[in-house]
Amino acid sequence: MEDSQLQDAVERFLKGEMGEAERAHFEQLRKSNPEIDQFVVETSLFLTRLNEFGDRKQFQSSLQEIHTDLLEAGAIKPVVNKAKVTDLFKKYRRVWAVAASIAGIIAITISGLMAYFTPNSQPQIEQLRREVSRLKTQTNILTNEVRDSAKITRVPQNEIFKFGGTGFLIDAKGYLVTNAHVIKDAKTIIVQSRGQEFKAAAVKIDLDRDLAILKIEDRDFKPFASLPYGFKKTGADLGEQIFTLGFPRDEIVYGEGYMSASTGFNGDTMSCQIAVAANPGNSGGPVFNRNGEVIGILSTRQTQTQGFVFAVTAKNIFKSLEDLKKDTVYQDIKMNTLSSVKGMERPQQIKKIEDCVFLVKTYQ
Amino acid sequence: MNTAIQEKELLKGLAKNDKKAAETIYKDNYNMVQTLIINNNGSADDARDIFQETMIVLYEKARSGVFELNCQLKTYLYSVSRRLWLKRLQQLQKYHGRVESMAETVPVEEEIENHEQRNTQFLAMEKSLMSLGEPCKSLLEAYYLQKRSMTEIASSFGYTNADNAKNQKYKCLNRLKKIFFAQHKNNNGQ
Repeated sequence: MEDSQLQDAVERFLKGEMGEAERAHFEQLRKSNPEIDQFVVETSLFLTRLNEFGDRKQFQSSLQEIHTDLLEAGAIKPVVNKAKVTDLFKKYRRVWAVAASIAGIIAITISGLMAYFTPNSQPQIEQLRREVSRLKTQTNILTNEVRDSAKITRVPQNEIFKFGGTGFLIDAKGYLVTNAHVIKDAKTIIVQSRGQEFKAAAVKIDLDRDLAILKIEDRDFKPFASLPYGFKKTGADLGEQIFTLGFPRDEIVYGEGYMSASTGFNGDTMSCQIAVAANPGNSGGPVFNRNGEVIGILSTRQTQTQGFVFAVTAKNIFKSLEDLKKDTVYQDIKMNTLSSVKGMERPQQIKKIEDCVFLVKTYQ
Repeated sequence: MNTAIQEKELLKGLAKNDKKAAETIYKDNYNMVQTLIINNNGSADDARDIFQETMIVLYEKARSGVFELNCQLKTYLYSVSRRLWLKRLQQLQKYHGRVESMAETVPVEEEIENHEQRNTQFLAMEKSLMSLGEPCKSLLEAYYLQKRSMTEIASSFGYTNADNAKNQKYKCLNRLKKIFFAQHKNNNGQ
C-alpha cells in the first residue's frame, strides 16, 4: 500500500468513515505490520493535534465574532479607559498608603518628642520644697542610726525622708509656721535645729494661703523665753532690703535681696514678689526686713525666670492664726510684733534668729 | 436545579460547536470578568483576551467529554479568568500582592496547567504551519481548519481534479508532520 493511500485510510479510520469489512482489514494490517502500526499511531496523533488546532482556531474566530456582535447589540458594556492618573493612583495606591502612614507616624512622633523636650514656654510656679534623693535618705538613716544609738529615734521605721523645707517659730512655746505644700502627704514631721530633731504635728493646714502651723510635741524641746523677731502686718515697700534664712541644704543658708513687687504670681494679692536666691528647700522660710521683722514666708518661684520668687505675706499668718484661735485650745498663741534685733548688725541678727528657724523634714 | 440543567445543555452545545450556546455563555459572563480585570489594573482589551482564553479553556474542557461542572458555570469562569489574569500580571511584573475578588472561587490550577500545555502544542503547530510556505499552508488550512471539501478546494486552488489536490495535500501534510516532529524533538531536547 502506498503511503498516500495509507494516510487516506488513517484519516477515514479516525473519522469513522470506514465500512465494517474495510475496518477489520485495516486492523488486521496494523497487527501484522508493526511499521504500518507505527505510522498509523504517528499520523493519528498528528492529525488529532491538527484537528484540535483547527477547532481552536475556528472557535477563537467565532468568539471574536460573538464579541463584536454582542458589543454592537449592547449586551456587553464597552469600557471607557480611565485617565492615566487614576491608573497610576490605583497602581501605587498601596505604596502611597504605606508611605503616607510612615510619614504620618514620623510627624506625630517628632512633634510629640518636640513637645516633650521643648521647655514649656508657659510660665509656671514651682514650689520650693526639696525632694530628697534616695541615696541621701539612706545616708540620713545611717547617720541617724549612729546618732540615735544614744538617743531614742524620732524617725518611725519603714518611713523615708521624702521632702525637706523650712519652718520658723511664731510663738516661743513651740509653734512653727511653714508652707502647707512642705508637709503635704507627710506621715511624720520632724523639725531640726542645730542638729537636734524634734517631733512635730500639724495643728492647722491652710491650703488657701498655703500655710501650715505646726506644734513641736517633744519632751526634749525647751521653749524659748521669747522670739528675737517680730511679725509685720503691713507688709514692705518696694525696694526695701530683705533677707531670708532657709534650708536648701542640710545647713542653714542666708540669702539677701529686695522687695520687687507687691503682688505675687499672676497678680496674686496674698503674696509678694522678692528678688532673692531661692532653691528647693527654701519653702516655708522666713523673709525678714532689715529690722528683723518677718514680712513673709518664702513659698514659690516662677520657672524659667531668674529671680522671680514669691512669698506669702506675713498678714496671712495672722489671718491663719486667727482661724486657728477659734479653737479654744490654741488661745494662748501670740505673735510678737516687736523685733528685739532691730538696729543690730546682720551677723548678730542672724545669730539670734537662726535658732528659731527649723529644717522641716517630712517622712512618707 | 433549573440553572444547572440549562448550563449542562449550554456546555453540550458548546462542545458541538453550537454558536448560539457560545454566545449565550459569552453574553451572561463577559461583564463580570470585565469588571474583575478593569478593577485590577487591566484594560478592556485585556478583559477581552482573558475572557476569550477562559472560553477556550471551557470549550476544550467541554469537548474532552470528561468535564463535570461541580459549581455554577459563573463561578467556574470567574475562577479561571482570575487565575489567568494573575498569571498575566505576574508575567508583566505588575503584580502587587493580590487580585481583588469579591466573588467566590473554585480551585482551577489543573485546568490552567493543561491549558498551558495545549497552548505550547498549538504554538508549535502554528509555527510549523508558518514555516511550511504557500500553497501548502493555505491548502492544509482549507481542508483541516475550515473543513472544506476536497472538490471545493480543488476548484478554488485551481487543481484539475480532487485527486490531484488530495495528492498535493498528502505531500503537504507529510512535510508539516516532519517539521512539527522535528520541532517537537528540538523542544524536548532543550
